[in-house]
Amino acid sequence: MSTIATAMTADHRRCDEIFSRAEELVSSGDWTSGEAEFTAFREAMLSHFSMEEERLFPAFEQHLGHAMGPTQVMRMEHMQMRQLFTEMEQAVGIRDDARYLGLSETLMMIMQQHNMKEEQMLYPMMDRTLGQAGGEIAQQIGQT
Amino acid sequence: MINTVSLSLDQAPPISIPFRFFLTAPLFAIGAGLELLILGDEMIATRWSPLTLGLTHLLTLGVLGMVMCGALLQMLPVIAGSPVPRVMLVGTLTHLLLILGTLLLTISFLSGSVVVTLAALTCLGICFGLFVIAAGIALWRLVAPGVTIRGMRLTLVALVVTVILGMAAALGYVGIAPIGHLSLVTNIHLGWGLLGWVGLLLVSVSFQLVPMFQITPEYPSWVKRYLPSSVFIGLFAWLLLKLVPVMAWSDAPAQLAVALVVSGYILFSVTTLRLLSQRKRRVPDVTLLFWRLGMYALVLCALLWIGGALFPPPDAAHYFSMLLGIGLIQGVALSVINGMLYKIVPFLCWFHLQNRQMALMSMTVRVPHMKEFVTDRSAKRQFHLHLSGLVFTLAAAVAPLWFLRPAALLFILSNSLLLLNLAAAVQKYRATFKLLTPPAPGPTAGVGGTG
Ligand code: HEM
Repeated sequence: MSTIATAMTADHRRCDEIFSRAEELVSSGDWTSGEAEFTAFREAMLSHFSMEEERLFPAFEQHLGHAMGPTQVMRMEHMQMRQLFTEMEQAVGIRDDARYLGLSETLMMIMQQHNMKEEQMLYPMMDRTLGQAGGEIAQQIGQT
Repeated sequence: MINTVSLSLDQAPPISIPFRFFLTAPLFAIGAGLELLILGDEMIATRWSPLTLGLTHLLTLGVLGMVMCGALLQMLPVIAGSPVPRVMLVGTLTHLLLILGTLLLTISFLSGSVVVTLAALTCLGICFGLFVIAAGIALWRLVAPGVTIRGMRLTLVALVVTVILGMAAALGYVGIAPIGHLSLVTNIHLGWGLLGWVGLLLVSVSFQLVPMFQITPEYPSWVKRYLPSSVFIGLFAWLLLKLVPVMAWSDAPAQLAVALVVSGYILFSVTTLRLLSQRKRRVPDVTLLFWRLGMYALVLCALLWIGGALFPPPDAAHYFSMLLGIGLIQGVALSVINGMLYKIVPFLCWFHLQNRQMALMSMTVRVPHMKEFVTDRSAKRQFHLHLSGLVFTLAAAVAPLWFLRPAALLFILSNSLLLLNLAAAVQKYRATFKLLTPPAPGPTAGVGGTG
């Protein structure tokens, strides 16, 4: 059976791989493919965020009866990462590789911590509390 | 506004807590280097000179212990999701007592004074007692601990064993308490210190951080599950076989127990090197240089130990244990810690500033990215100083007359540059912090930040 944890963790790994490819391309000076890869990475991340913010978090918050606590911290970190995407996009725009690499290093740190908290704490918690409904959402995630 | 800040930061302690530990550590390293430079000749002559003991603890307590305690206070909330209780109080006291206790212990070795020794042991006893209780609460209240948390629990137990044996040795050393086999107690003390407290923390943290930040495959699950406990069991068996008289009938079982520990570390370092070679992230990375160096040093130390066990070195070859000690402390532990600092310090600067920026909605100020806090260039330069310092110190163990002073000099230079790099980061943090002020009208500012 697919769970929220397995489906969403797999999506994290997919984003990680696109991230590294983009970083490597930029670092080797290949801006054409680098830009395309960065765009793909940002798209992958944003769709992951909206999956959480529009489907998973509301379901979980509804269950808890409030929107504070862990999901609130996660939304906050999404905002931090979105801000970094914007800055990285600017760096891509002006072809500033030092700046891009500094930002991607920073993003890497916050992104991995964020993923770790979700994978080790939040997703398992969601799987436990949402039960059957969670399994169905996970199923749909796996298909998209 | 307050709400936003506390929400995003509620898990992390104030930045001043980890930073005071991280910035103090290079100072102790510079102090140790100066001691080596000025008083070196006497020291290298024998492993047991009071100067060597002082120098060792400036490094193991003042540098390694300093960074490890600071990093644990910082990391536990993030890695374990379990904050350390009263972290401001615990952090402040641990830091002060560790400084004071380490200095007093160094003086106590040199002077042999009973009063100074008792003062040193009181400071260190309270320091580690407090730290172990606070970190212990954070670690043991978790109901479903992962491998990293279980490893950290063992680490904490190893710290307790190390401190108790160290205190017993110190009491014996100044003649307050008659300790029968002082050199035996010392050996077990340093084994638990380096291969337990330091080594197990390295292992359990690597399980988490290496795959995460270098995007490598995971450590094999059997390695994660059995390695830390095997090392711990090996150390424990060694302690029993050596210290409990009825069990100390022959040396062979004890050697076997140490062999278990050593093979654990060979497995760990080889696995880590293999994972690092498979990393998906291919951009150059200074922290990686430090980590690779640390892992190679670990393999070499293990091979050296095996060599020494199979072909015991001649009695007078005290440079054998010198090489092992330098290899483990400077080659493995200091390398890894130094490399970690270059990730953790710039990240914390950025993290706290960005949180403040979002809380205040002060979007006109640009928060510097990590590599603006510590540049790759100066970090790399410091790596080369660290590496040459290591090579010269190893050479000095064999031929002190030639290499001791250059080794001391390089060690001082390397740690001064480390201090400079970290201080520059803090400077930049402070400057940006000042720029980040609430927009003029004030009271409602920042509410949008929760969006
Ligand atoms: C409360 C803390 C500590 C105290 C009171 C202490 C005390 C001592 C004493 C008295 C000795 C020498 C005994 C003798 O002359 O036979 C010694 C040796 C040693 N200790 Fe500690 N120690 C402490 C913590 C540590 C820690 C945390 C580590 C490692 C991480 C460590 C590593 C060593 C090493 C490597 C030696 C051998 C030094 C040499 O051969 O020159 N100690 N310790």
